[in-house]
Amino acid sequence: MADMRLEKQPMPQLAPEIRNKNFEEVALGYTEEQAVAEANRCLQCKHQPCVGGCPVQIDIPAFIQKVQQRDFEGAYQIISAQSALPAVCGRVCPQETQCEGKCVRGIKGEPVAIGRLERFVADWHMANVKEPPVKPESNGKKIAIIGSGPAGLTCAGDLARKGYEVTVFEALHVAGGVLVYGIPEFRLPKAIVAKEIEGLKAMGVKVETNMVIGRVLSVDDLFAMGFEGIFIGSGAGLPRFMGIPGENLKGVFSANEYLTRVNLMKAYLPDSETPIQRGKKVAVVGGGNVAMDAARCAKRLGAEEVYIVYRRSMEEIPARAEEIHHAIEEGIIFKTLTNPTEILGDEHQNVVGMTCLEMELGAPDESGRRRPMVKEGSEHRLDTDVVIMAIGTSPNPLIRSTTPGLETNKWGCIVTEEESGKTSREGVYAGGDAVTGAATVILAMGAGKQAAKAIDEYLK
Amino acid sequence: MFEIVKKEALNPTVSRMVIKAPLVAQKAQAGQFIILRVDERGERIPLTIAGYDREAGTVTIIYQIVGATTMRLDRLQEGDCLHDFVGPLGKPTETEGLKRVAVVGGGVGCAIALPVAQALAAKGTIVDTVAGFRNKDLVILEEEFRAASKEYRLMTDDGSAGEKGLVTEALKDLLEKNTYDEVIAIGPLVMMKFVSLLTKEYNVKTVVSMNPVMIDGTGMCGGCRISVGGETKFACVDGPEFDGHLVDFDLAMERGRTYHAYEQERCNLFKKEVQE
Repeated sequence: MADMRLEKQPMPQLAPEIRNKNFEEVALGYTEEQAVAEANRCLQCKHQPCVGGCPVQIDIPAFIQKVQQRDFEGAYQIISAQSALPAVCGRVCPQETQCEGKCVRGIKGEPVAIGRLERFVADWHMANVKEPPVKPESNGKKIAIIGSGPAGLTCAGDLARKGYEVTVFEALHVAGGVLVYGIPEFRLPKAIVAKEIEGLKAMGVKVETNMVIGRVLSVDDLFAMGFEGIFIGSGAGLPRFMGIPGENLKGVFSANEYLTRVNLMKAYLPDSETPIQRGKKVAVVGGGNVAMDAARCAKRLGAEEVYIVYRRSMEEIPARAEEIHHAIEEGIIFKTLTNPTEILGDEHQNVVGMTCLEMELGAPDESGRRRPMVKEGSEHRLDTDVVIMAIGTSPNPLIRSTTPGLETNKWGCIVTEEESGKTSREGVYAGGDAVTGAATVILAMGAGKQAAKAIDEYLK
Repeated sequence: MFEIVKKEALNPTVSRMVIKAPLVAQKAQAGQFIILRVDERGERIPLTIAGYDREAGTVTIIYQIVGATTMRLDRLQEGDCLHDFVGPLGKPTETEGLKRVAVVGGGVGCAIALPVAQALAAKGTIVDTVAGFRNKDLVILEEEFRAASKEYRLMTDDGSAGEKGLVTEALKDLLEKNTYDEVIAIGPLVMMKFVSLLTKEYNVKTVVSMNPVMIDGTGMCGGCRISVGGETKFACVDGPEFDGHLVDFDLAMERGRTYHAYEQERCNLFKKEVQE
């Protein structure tokens, strides 16, 4: 009989006033007892609605049953049959709109904490199981994966499991893509990402860093080198700016630059060779998960005040509820219904403030969200010395401009068949943000998984 | 890891390194750049490619010791390795269809101007070069430039080598007597600014090579953005070469000073570390 408590086992976490001064992981993870108690809330539904909500179709009731039985390694084997990165997904997936959003327990009370259980199982495996995964026998076929983010790593893992000889090409000096340059340490410790990648290497996946495909090698070069299938998971690309005056002042960053300095280059450490501007009053423009990450980093770097400046209201804000909750707890100030029109600088081109307008919401626009409209006479100044633009990205032209015959749409995203990730070029597949524009880690993983299946069918 | 196969000092603060990087050497072209990290904790710095040898699989870089990272780089010797070396990045110099070009190099910028001059000369373009330095001890690559140029004008601030004066003086002279399809200027921002102002008077197209603060070098961070004709461009993917008549040099100079204090601090820390 299931435990009928309405609430999830609470997640132990660092207190807000302590954690907003360091980069340690906020959520500490369940103990074995908490995990078993939470697993006991699962009804083991026959129709498994949660599995339908998972982009990589993990057999969720089965792994939870193993947790109930305290067979944590058994649970891990079930998850890892579908997911190349369980410790990552357990931390950063938007479970509330996926598996947990479909959970029957959520109809009355809170859903089963599937994400927290996944994380517990993955962490338990990392801490307790030392033997490396079995390296599958090679089928002699070479696959090139462009980009080592969530899409590329998932595709690599699935194909390696099937016996393909997989090489992953990464442009930066470490593998992981957005998992290492974008998502901050306090949400996803880099040691966890590194361990997941070590697991893939143990299965035979080769990772080549410092390789900007499109420059050092083209897609056609890769075919000439004997790769029979290619997956492009090169990520979201170039940061967008608003196009307002003052965006090139000193102290204006794209979220990509700010987060890369902090996360990839470790600018938060006192002995870092890479500098970062530590503002006193930091304004982050945008309302997505990236905006929350940037704001929480700025607070940890010692900013007295950090604002989220978002042109719609808290109703429409796109970031995950949990991220917003954490940001508010840590003292981030939300200035919603506010839109900057100019960034102001001093005589040395340093940011000193922003001119903003207040907005009000009208009828829904083509995105289905209510359209923000300017409130008359609402112009005001917001004092700030660092401005971070977190308003999305546009695709990187490097691969499309060097790959003849690769079809892209009017935004520059690679065009693929939805089910398979097949592109207009024979043997070339794509997935993740390079196809969809900025989305989530798990959606990219889902695309990597589908493409792996399609590549396997193509080469069989 | 990328081995340093050759290292030589060109003057007291400028050195040349030949790096084993076969894949980069295979694709490198004049005007493009690489990004390197000295060690596993190092920052990423961009350096324009100063030469390459596809057969030997090597890429040449020339750097000036200006900050903590170049100090660290300069501590390495032949046989040592760079931790990371990625490229070629950016767009190559356009060298097609030019009859006569004036190449202007300032200081260590001459290191980048040379392969451009050589690439042009190899295509049959007549190249005249103006090279500027503070004094005779800092003069680099004179022989190489002479070999690639019809006329070579050496300028020093104090007149200790060549003629005394600024590169713009020699360039003005050349613009008066010859007809140029293009001027290519590579050096300090202030030099490129005044070269561009001068060539505008003569209505000669001018290409400058920008070297702003950069992290990834692939367009991802946007830290290298500059203003060109009122439009924001990313030096790493849209450049590094731009129309000098359209670049906002004053803004680029201010942006270049963003981390000045931090760099000073890191330099001092590094000097202390070396002494101990």
